[in-house]
Amino acid sequence: MRRLREAWQGFKVGTWLGWQIESNWTEPFLFAIYSVIKPVAGVLILVFMYLVVAQGGLQNPLFPQVFLGTTFYLYVVNVLSGISWTVTDDREHYGMLKYAYMAPMHFYGYLLGRGMAKTLVATISVLITLAFGIVFLRVQLSFRNPGLLLVGLPLGLAALAFYGILLAGVSLLIARHGWMVGDVVAGGLYLLCGTAFPLSLLPSPFRALGLGLPPTYWLEALRRALLGQGLHPELSALSDAQLLLILTGATVLGIALSVGIFRAAERVAARRGLLDMQTMY
Amino acid sequence: MAQEALAVKTEELTRVFRLRKREAREGRREILALDRVNLEVPRGELFGLLGPNGAGKTTLIKILATLLAPTSGRAFVAGVDVVANPAEVRRHINMVCGGETSGYGLLTVEENLWMFAQFYGIPSREARRRIRELLSLVGLADRAKTKVYHLSSGMRQKMNIVRGFLTDPEILFLDEPTLGLDVQTARTIREFVRNWLREHPDRTILLTTHYMHEADELCDRVAIIDRGRILACAAPSELKHMLQREAVFRLYVEGVADARAALDGMPGVRALAQEAEDGRLRLDLILAEEGVLVSVLSRLQEAGAKLAELRKEEPTLEDVFLALVGRRLTEGTP
Repeated sequence: MRRLREAWQGFKVGTWLGWQIESNWTEPFLFAIYSVIKPVAGVLILVFMYLVVAQGGLQNPLFPQVFLGTTFYLYVVNVLSGISWTVTDDREHYGMLKYAYMAPMHFYGYLLGRGMAKTLVATISVLITLAFGIVFLRVQLSFRNPGLLLVGLPLGLAALAFYGILLAGVSLLIARHGWMVGDVVAGGLYLLCGTAFPLSLLPSPFRALGLGLPPTYWLEALRRALLGQGLHPELSALSDAQLLLILTGATVLGIALSVGIFRAAERVAARRGLLDMQTMY
Repeated sequence: MAQEALAVKTEELTRVFRLRKREAREGRREILALDRVNLEVPRGELFGLLGPNGAGKTTLIKILATLLAPTSGRAFVAGVDVVANPAEVRRHINMVCGGETSGYGLLTVEENLWMFAQFYGIPSREARRRIRELLSLVGLADRAKTKVYHLSSGMRQKMNIVRGFLTDPEILFLDEPTLGLDVQTARTIREFVRNWLREHPDRTILLTTHYMHEADELCDRVAIIDRGRILACAAPSELKHMLQREAVFRLYVEGVADARAALDGMPGVRALAQEAEDGRLRLDLILAEEGVLVSVLSRLQEAGAKLAELRKEEPTLEDVFLALVGRRLTEGTP
């Protein structure tokens, strides 16, 4: 019971601190402008790539699929990369990792809280991007299956958070390039999970790899929920319930893997004296 | 002493750092940071670890604070094994390190401290009361709403000190808390530590320092540590008493740049440290007895040195260290 209370305490303070760090770096007005401009600029790059480079039209049924995949991918960058970056940032930049770590609160809960703050920030970006897409790019959301959205969205976010903690464990052991871990993984997921194009365009080994990654199923579930149909023919045989089942399995696996790998990383970090390392790189 | 009466206990505690090939020093791939350290610190004591940079003080603190695993041996904090049950140890401790710029610069002093109190589950209202009280005690009350990145290093260290005491820990580790601070700030911090312990006699502080006057002024007992080994452990007065039968002299000589060649190995010269100062050579000597001084002066004269000044000194912890180790605290660990 006490451990649970300490985990909740860590989660709460991690969320509070994460939100302060994300939002407190400038005046509220500038933060609001930044929050709008950043996702809109991201979506405009996508539109440019789609219209000019791929020479597709906004009326092409593929566009809403690509738009939605890219929009929800914002969560992958923020939550998955963000949590792993927390370790490097707290240790190298703020010099506070050791103090958070040696406090009686649950450090794992604290990292989840930091992930929650990243999720909140990403949610603002996702909502702004969706609104921009609906108003200016004429993307039509059908909300065909709100239940799939309500269950699938948090399940996928939870999976991202736990895989983020797994990466945070890896970051504990890396000195100079810890910040790259999250970026490299997020970049790989963008390519392999059918974010901006169908999996069928990938060479078969990469396609097989993509089919083994949870975000592929998560994005497919969100597309079905919001647009009425998915993007990947490879997944068309799966029912909505099967998609959710796979997502649930991936989340449970994520919890088990993240707890196991993070604990092992903690032990190695304590053995090597890495918990309070400041390399000044 | 019974385990429950001890705040800290170590048994043959050893820590070896393994270096990568490119980090090897003089062909050595390992550094022995702690060498079979045995310590017992009773509850309610202000215990000092005095040693030069690289002696192993911080390594010991890190192990006790559950941040570093020992290579062998055991350590207990509040009667709990730091390796077997680190989560339980963390409920009893807190730590403050000097010479660092930790803290979230975007938050105010008050926000930083409040957040830290939440790490320890202190109710919000109680945390704010303690923050106000402690900030005014260290003279930082008017900076409560200042963002941390605006603070000077001295102010930041005062905030860190408050952070350590805010949680009212049973056992507090202070690792070089006055490192790099100006005289006034260091004095304020020492005074604060002394007063806090007076008001909380059941609390324990383990202080590491390489300032001998700090150890002398604050600590109930001091362990002198060098190259990972505890060389002596007693009250400061008892340590100094070890040199009562010896004679401690400070000499200033001119005309030579190095007196070691002349005095090293000379019968009766227990320890010697030298340093250039204002164009002269300052020699700190510990002699087996006062009578040896005549021979020392004669030997220096033969080496071409001219005596400029001679003082007999009361033994300090610095002299104790010199007598035990053969070099000054400020010289660091080679």
